[in-house]
Amino acid sequence: MTTKDVVFGALGLLACCSGVLVVTARNVIHAALWLVVTLGALAACYLLLTADFVAWVQVLIYAGAIVVLLLFAAMLTRAPVGPGQDLDSGNRPAAALVAGGVGVTLVTLLVQAFRSAYVDLDRVAGTGAGRPIGDALFRSYVLPFEIASVLLLAALVGAIVLTRPEIGRR
Amino acid sequence: MNQLISTSPLSLPSRAPVAATEATVSTFGHDPWWLILGKVVAVFVFLVLITLFLIWAERRIVARMQQRLGPNRTGPFGLGQGLADGIKLALKEEIIPAMADKPVYFIAPIVATIPAFLAFAVIPVGGVVSIFGHVTALQVTDLPVAVLFILACSSFGVYGIVLGGWASGSTYPLLGALRSAAQVISYEVSLALALVPIFLYAGSLSTSEIVAAQNRFWFVFLVPSFVIYMVSAVGETNRAPFDLPEAEGELVGGFHTEYSSLKFALFFLAEYINMTTVSAVATTLFLGGWHAPFLLSRVPVLNSGWFGLVWFTLKLLTVLFGFIWLRGTLPRLRYDQFMRLGWKLLIPASLVWLLLVAAMRTLVVEDVNLRRNLVPVGIVFVVLLLLVSFWPSSKKPDRDGEGEDGHPEIAVGNRAFPVPVLPGEQTDPTLAPREVTRA
Amino acid sequence: MGHVYMPILVLFVLAAAFAVGSVTAAGFTGPKRYNRAKVDAYECGIEATPQPVGTAHFPVKYYLTAMLFIVFDIEIIFLYPWAVTFSKLGFFGLVEMVLFIGTVFVAYAYVWRRGGLQWD
Repeated sequence: MTTKDVVFGALGLLACCSGVLVVTARNVIHAALWLVVTLGALAACYLLLTADFVAWVQVLIYAGAIVVLLLFAAMLTRAPVGPGQDLDSGNRPAAALVAGGVGVTLVTLLVQAFRSAYVDLDRVAGTGAGRPIGDALFRSYVLPFEIASVLLLAALVGAIVLTRPEIGRR
Repeated sequence: MNQLISTSPLSLPSRAPVAATEATVSTFGHDPWWLILGKVVAVFVFLVLITLFLIWAERRIVARMQQRLGPNRTGPFGLGQGLADGIKLALKEEIIPAMADKPVYFIAPIVATIPAFLAFAVIPVGGVVSIFGHVTALQVTDLPVAVLFILACSSFGVYGIVLGGWASGSTYPLLGALRSAAQVISYEVSLALALVPIFLYAGSLSTSEIVAAQNRFWFVFLVPSFVIYMVSAVGETNRAPFDLPEAEGELVGGFHTEYSSLKFALFFLAEYINMTTVSAVATTLFLGGWHAPFLLSRVPVLNSGWFGLVWFTLKLLTVLFGFIWLRGTLPRLRYDQFMRLGWKLLIPASLVWLLLVAAMRTLVVEDVNLRRNLVPVGIVFVVLLLLVSFWPSSKKPDRDGEGEDGHPEIAVGNRAFPVPVLPGEQTDPTLAPREVTRA
Repeated sequence: MGHVYMPILVLFVLAAAFAVGSVTAAGFTGPKRYNRAKVDAYECGIEATPQPVGTAHFPVKYYLTAMLFIVFDIEIIFLYPWAVTFSKLGFFGLVEMVLFIGTVFVAYAYVWRRGGLQWD
């Protein structure tokens, strides 16, 4: 049990707690903020695992871009000024049950699968930077990378279909 | 050595041979605690001081450009103006709007300030020096992914804007925040794209290694990248002529309309630090960082150690002067013009340019392997892409934005919330006029 | 390795202390003269607009802009490691990236044609 382990555990706890707060927050914007905390804590976990590049991508894309999209979407669909939006639906117990079930299944699965998978962090230090990742991505994993571009294409087409229906009819 | 100097920029080795005074990523992470603390405090003080200086300099320079005097009462040449403004703000009443969302209203200026300070941590301000016997680089720290870190910081700064505008519980700040956020994220794309050609040459994302790679040639020779970066930087920092979020005529004051006292001062500070940071990044990535300019760089004493600090500061101030000059010169753009510039010009241009640079780099890299016959194929690809980039506009004349006369009537009546209908926006006929219930 | 982040952490603490201190101090340093008009939403002196009740309509283009931003941001995070390894990848790397950027460019051209980039 080193300092690193303690910090890692604390960050994990922070991520979990703010994750719960995302769901229970009464205000959409507050929920989005707690989501930022969750994603930030995860990024810090990646940093501790010496995955620098992934960590900052997490901050840049998830905490930076996707939550901004969520905020915009929240401001578009309803007026989020002021609290008191009824965000709770009657499905609360069912949702809690499903979430709990999924959580337990995932934890069991991951613990069972990776029980003996240990990585010496001192040995892999430096492999999380840009150059090793570029090496792996653009030599070994070229196909997934190219497929990602198709995914992005689909996302943009979807966004257009959702937001500009009046032009589609023309 | 001579051979290196005589080679053209195109054949610049991916990592230039590193002199003893240059830092690399491995230089960092060995400082004792007092040195870390000293560097951090120095950067903090530097940023605060430069903000105070900029407040004064901006007013003086703009005044000079407008044949006025500018502030000249507080201290010699009015230099104390920034400090006086700060103290004045601190002594103002703190007004918290009744409709504000209190926790977020308090968090927003903090969220805006912290990333602004953080980004400067990876800026190299000088070479390797010896402080009390400890050999260290004049840079708080460096990461193997330093540039990504800077981008992450600036994308986090958006939250300060969005949350500040939203938490005020008022119409104008909310509109200003949305505009501002859309503006920042739009220009962050072209800003980040403009940096890719640099990495193609430097082969690293670490700021100190990029500066080291500019030992012979400053990356400013990638002129389109530099131009796109500077334009995007002005847009990203919400500066004139792209200061639409603060367009007084339309939005009162933008996202910080409802902020007063020190909380307003924090937003102000964050804005000026952000401006300093993008200028420092321009200096580091394009203008050779702390390296001495042109002929002076041949003198080893002038091109190392503490002297770097002088060159860095001079370059930084030059870029900052450019920002102020722009403000004194150019009128504000309209929002549609501004968005068109970003999305329809800067982004496609930077994409095409980076592929061109990559193709040129391929020429260099592949020449060694004698695979010349493949190179024309690459150029054909780039030409094809160029064609694609101009295809939409050539097929259909660009009708957006202009129409000085053809703006439809602004119909605010059928909206419960007074969002100004942007000219040309179609109003939804299904939205019947609704009664507004008074809260 | 983690040592590299120590100065950033220290700077974070310093900046946070400064920011939190300023926000807290603001309540003590200034005068306090209550006036109902002061705490109203500022709208240049006219009566403040009543707060909307779930019927706000913002131009949907903001959403589309954020979506475009995500897509290009993802493109950028692929471009960065590609750029730093480019000297090793050579021509193959160029072809890979031309294909990738080309595909995203198709989407971009589609958005352009559909008027998604139009802010008139």
